[in-house]
Amino acid sequence: MTRVVGTSRPKVDAHAKVTGQTLFADDLFLPRMLHCKILRATHPHARILSIDASRAMSLPGVKAVITGKDVPIRFGILPVSQDEEALCVEKVRFVGDPVVAVAAVEEEIAEAALDLIDVVYEPLRPVGSIEAALGIEQDGHGHGGHVLDAAAPRRPIHDYGDGVRLAAVAGGDGAGGDGVRLAAVAGGDGADGDGAGSGHPDIHKLIALEFGDVEAGFAEADGVREDVFFYQGSTHLPMEQHAALAQATPDGKLTVWTSSQTPHYVHRALARVLEMPPARIRVFATPNGGGFGGKSDPFSHEIVVAKLALLTGRPVKICLTRQEVFYCHRGRHPVLMWVKTGYRKDGGITGMHFRSWLDGGAYGSYGVASAYYTGALQTVTYHVPRYKFEGVRVFTNKPPCGPKRGHGTPQPRYALEVQLDKIAEELGLDPAEMRLRHLVPANSTTANWLRVGSMGLGECIRKVVEASGWKARFRKLPHGKGIGLACSSYLTGAGLPIYWNAMPHSGVIVKLDRGGGVAVLCGSVDIGQGSDSVLAYVVAEVLGIDPFDIRVHTGDTDLTPIDLGSYSSRVTLMTGKAALQAAERAREIVATSAAKKLEAPVERIVFAEGRVFDAQDPDRGLAFDEAVRLAEAENGTIACTGSYTPPRGAGRYRGAGVGPSPAYSYSAAVAEVEVDTETGIVTVPKVWIAHDVGKAINPLIAIGQVEGSVYMGLGEALMEEMDYRENRNVVHRQPSMLEYKSPTTHEMCDIETFLIEDPDPNGPFGAKECGQGPLLPIPPAVANAVYDAVGVRVDEVPLSPSRVLKALKSGEKRYGPERVPAMAWPEPIRVPTPWEGGNGEALPEGVGWGERGEKEAPLGGGAREAAAVPKRGRRPR
Amino acid sequence: MMRLPRFRYLAPASVEEAVRLKADAGPAAMYVAGGTDLYPNMKRRHQTPAVVIALRGLRELKGVTANGGVTIGAGEILNDVAANPRIRAGYPALAHAVESISTPILRNMGTLGGNCLLDTRCTYYNQNYDWRKAIDFCMKRDGTICWVAPASPRCWAVQSSDSAPVLSAIGARVTLRSAKGERTIPAADLYKDDGIDYLTKDPDELLTAIHLPPAGAWRASYRKLRRRDAFDFPVLGVAAWARFNPDGTVADARVVLGGVGSHPIPIEAAAELLRGRRLEPELIREVADACFRPARPLDNTDFTLSWRKEMVRPFVTRTLGDLSARA
Repeated sequence: MTRVVGTSRPKVDAHAKVTGQTLFADDLFLPRMLHCKILRATHPHARILSIDASRAMSLPGVKAVITGKDVPIRFGILPVSQDEEALCVEKVRFVGDPVVAVAAVEEEIAEAALDLIDVVYEPLRPVGSIEAALGIEQDGHGHGGHVLDAAAPRRPIHDYGDGVRLAAVAGGDGAGGDGVRLAAVAGGDGADGDGAGSGHPDIHKLIALEFGDVEAGFAEADGVREDVFFYQGSTHLPMEQHAALAQATPDGKLTVWTSSQTPHYVHRALARVLEMPPARIRVFATPNGGGFGGKSDPFSHEIVVAKLALLTGRPVKICLTRQEVFYCHRGRHPVLMWVKTGYRKDGGITGMHFRSWLDGGAYGSYGVASAYYTGALQTVTYHVPRYKFEGVRVFTNKPPCGPKRGHGTPQPRYALEVQLDKIAEELGLDPAEMRLRHLVPANSTTANWLRVGSMGLGECIRKVVEASGWKARFRKLPHGKGIGLACSSYLTGAGLPIYWNAMPHSGVIVKLDRGGGVAVLCGSVDIGQGSDSVLAYVVAEVLGIDPFDIRVHTGDTDLTPIDLGSYSSRVTLMTGKAALQAAERAREIVATSAAKKLEAPVERIVFAEGRVFDAQDPDRGLAFDEAVRLAEAENGTIACTGSYTPPRGAGRYRGAGVGPSPAYSYSAAVAEVEVDTETGIVTVPKVWIAHDVGKAINPLIAIGQVEGSVYMGLGEALMEEMDYRENRNVVHRQPSMLEYKSPTTHEMCDIETFLIEDPDPNGPFGAKECGQGPLLPIPPAVANAVYDAVGVRVDEVPLSPSRVLKALKSGEKRYGPERVPAMAWPEPIRVPTPWEGGNGEALPEGVGWGERGEKEAPLGGGAREAAAVPKRGRRPR
Repeated sequence: MMRLPRFRYLAPASVEEAVRLKADAGPAAMYVAGGTDLYPNMKRRHQTPAVVIALRGLRELKGVTANGGVTIGAGEILNDVAANPRIRAGYPALAHAVESISTPILRNMGTLGGNCLLDTRCTYYNQNYDWRKAIDFCMKRDGTICWVAPASPRCWAVQSSDSAPVLSAIGARVTLRSAKGERTIPAADLYKDDGIDYLTKDPDELLTAIHLPPAGAWRASYRKLRRRDAFDFPVLGVAAWARFNPDGTVADARVVLGGVGSHPIPIEAAAELLRGRRLEPELIREVADACFRPARPLDNTDFTLSWRKEMVRPFVTRTLGDLSARA
């Protein structure tokens, strides 16, 4: 039985936050501090011919002006995409790309100085869409010759990526061959002119994976459906704008305070670009006023203030404007999707072929991972015996996309859940019943070698079906009102770190003070999700003390052990496990000393309610601080470490690194909608959502995370769009809080949340994630509810009124993309599934499914044991 | 953070002093009341007055006075206007329009006069300086082209006040004062169909009062289309006013569209159709058709322009329905 874990209580930092005492990065002031402003590109794609900052330098109060020449080393979050420059060196790639930075004694002076800098550009032709990146002419974008830089020469946006590599191979001057199999793409190009391949250097990443023979899966299906979907890009919109402060001290050391979710990665980027030993750099992640994935990359402004601080010897601060936050972006990728699914009469899936096209924006960011994620988690909810995934991410001249809450998975989840709703409709099955029949069993391995542990989706579905009165209301409400169901799953922490290493993903130090105080040190960052609180609860639980007697110190690369950061929903599980280990080690030291004093065997020593006592005689005991003093006298200073490394994934093929996780969370949601058939306006009065969190460390915070996810999902479902004027230099249409439409409290629906607790053996106390997964079912649940309400399919997110009205007025009662670009996809990496006797490895290159018997040695029987073979139709618990 | 440019701030003690200061300073000066429109515009360098003349402290611009009709001081805070029992009882359409402006916080600062004179808006114009620089600016400020309609010689920025269509429709009048004197004109005559030069008012003239006609013999309604009821500007506003004969037929009527042109668009044809007839569904449909054609939404606000144009019919229908429902 737990005393702290599982009880609802305020966050440990709640008081400081609500009373305004929390110091965010922009609240920090240092003596003699300078203010930084960044001049940004006014062309979407251009060469920088010259920069003249002499007039700015002579403005009184200006202390330094730097350009790309001062910080030329490229960086980026992923080792495979080191393509960003703190200030652009030779080229700018989107309107908003950073070009020149100024440090001045006042913010107004720095701003005024920007206007005195002359940058001469040579425009290049901008690429504004997936189709344009693939060289496909689009209808409806002519706009009478007012495309500002349209006549400029076309050049690749980057000098690297699969497109550039394939072009080099096609031209006979490149070796290529690492990963992407080239023959098919090179051969497929040229034949019909619109096949994308070697002629399209703006392709960043091409992926083709096949798990089992998907065509054989379609052959045994009772029906096959093909659908095309588009999921629009959106941004995080954190309340706090990014801010950073840097201080260089005469001892040669540099300190950077920054509103970052990933101080460790910022630390690495600073060391790289500034060419300083990491030991001389300290990065302090300030409390984030919201992150949602938007503060997970190392950013230009962090490097710029550090460089300016080094040059001037004075502290330098920057706080981005809201417009600049839109330019930092790294939000949801716009994704065009095609999905073909074979199914039986009972709704069971026989095979799925999924294709995605991602509009990546101007830089790599997390994009390679994002592209893989659009194809990774299709298999962890309903049994998919054969699965093929092809994905392409292209560069365009827009702010870079990256990870936003749900990273790469809400888009395919929308496609999958809406298509399942259509399949249920075709088969005349209740979509809830149909899903329940085909759930992935707990403790099994999927076709693409993801290991599923605990699996509470069945209970989630039953809960929302019951609470929403589903059976009495589905297909039975009056015209204009409807309900829809959708489900989802998300990872609890990425199984692999961002850069290859064999070290822990999270480390915690627990230090006991002789006064009874406990300090917990960890590199994690609280971005509002409550990770500081989780650390306190876990340690308090083990040591039997009040969480408010614990001080949590986080996100300081000098003082706290590494944690990779607040992304991929990894923190509760990974820091929780590390904290558990550290606290248990400290507990053991104290328990050993206490056992001697109490003359009881150490196994009988209990820590609870601030006391350490004998379980058989609870009156015989010590106050916690007394026990600590005893242990310290006996052992010396008590500071214990704990660390966590996730289990290795089961897949052994190239690309298997994206998808594995120690545990998967599950959600099911029912949305109720009202559709105004004259206007197409959709309102959502209520959402019922059940989330399998494994175990809620603090139900109050967990419910808050679920509600926040519903809110964000609702924004994506109904209105949010990162929208650009392709014909006007690809400027962002509305980079402001007023005109970027995101729901307010006024638009928020009622929510009934159910936490399903199906403890996972890999989570601390059984806990799984709850901060991202619950977003995923919302857009498809809303779309399915709109169909229930008015009988139209909106296969495009957001379901804006104009789209819904077009669907209502259309002959086919549908709105959405009609087609996908013709592509010559590369030869897939073929991986036999667990139930075909695979061992997680790919077949040798060029070996097809039919030839496997002759060319391949029989696969070892040992591999079968690794994977529990799921039985179709098995009922969940 | 976006910073205001430097300016001189003058705080006159009377309307007389205010108009004199304006006459002295000339075009370099602008009046400011609540500041909820001007200051954000100054941060974005849409307007960069060297002198700002503050009206906030002027008691002469306050007050809601009954005089047959009602006279509202131009400096009345929006929330006070919306909450005023006399206005709520006699002019519910105006109260509704005013309480749909922006957010409660901004309505605590913004004034009725300020909303009447609200700068026209456009998604090519209401952007930061560097954003506008990336499209080589537009003719409303710093540039030469109207990006909404590049072949057009004029600016198509959008009339975005909620009070303007209602005041025009109900036949309100406004008093303008300058150092040269004072005049009172119909509120409808305050506006011009031009995104830049959108007011007939001389820049020196100060809007001091809004006069509402006597209530009771007519009905009015206002409906506003926008993305979020929490705080967005209108992308379509329909104001309808009608006086009825004892037999229930319409004696006189006015329909005014906001948010779909550079001025509140009076639909003359609607008035002609309505006069002498009963507000029945068939007639309402005819009027909605008559309103559809003059509405000229362009691609410079939230939502797609074709959808906004389509929304004219259901919104006019519903607004007129409001009048008949209360008939």
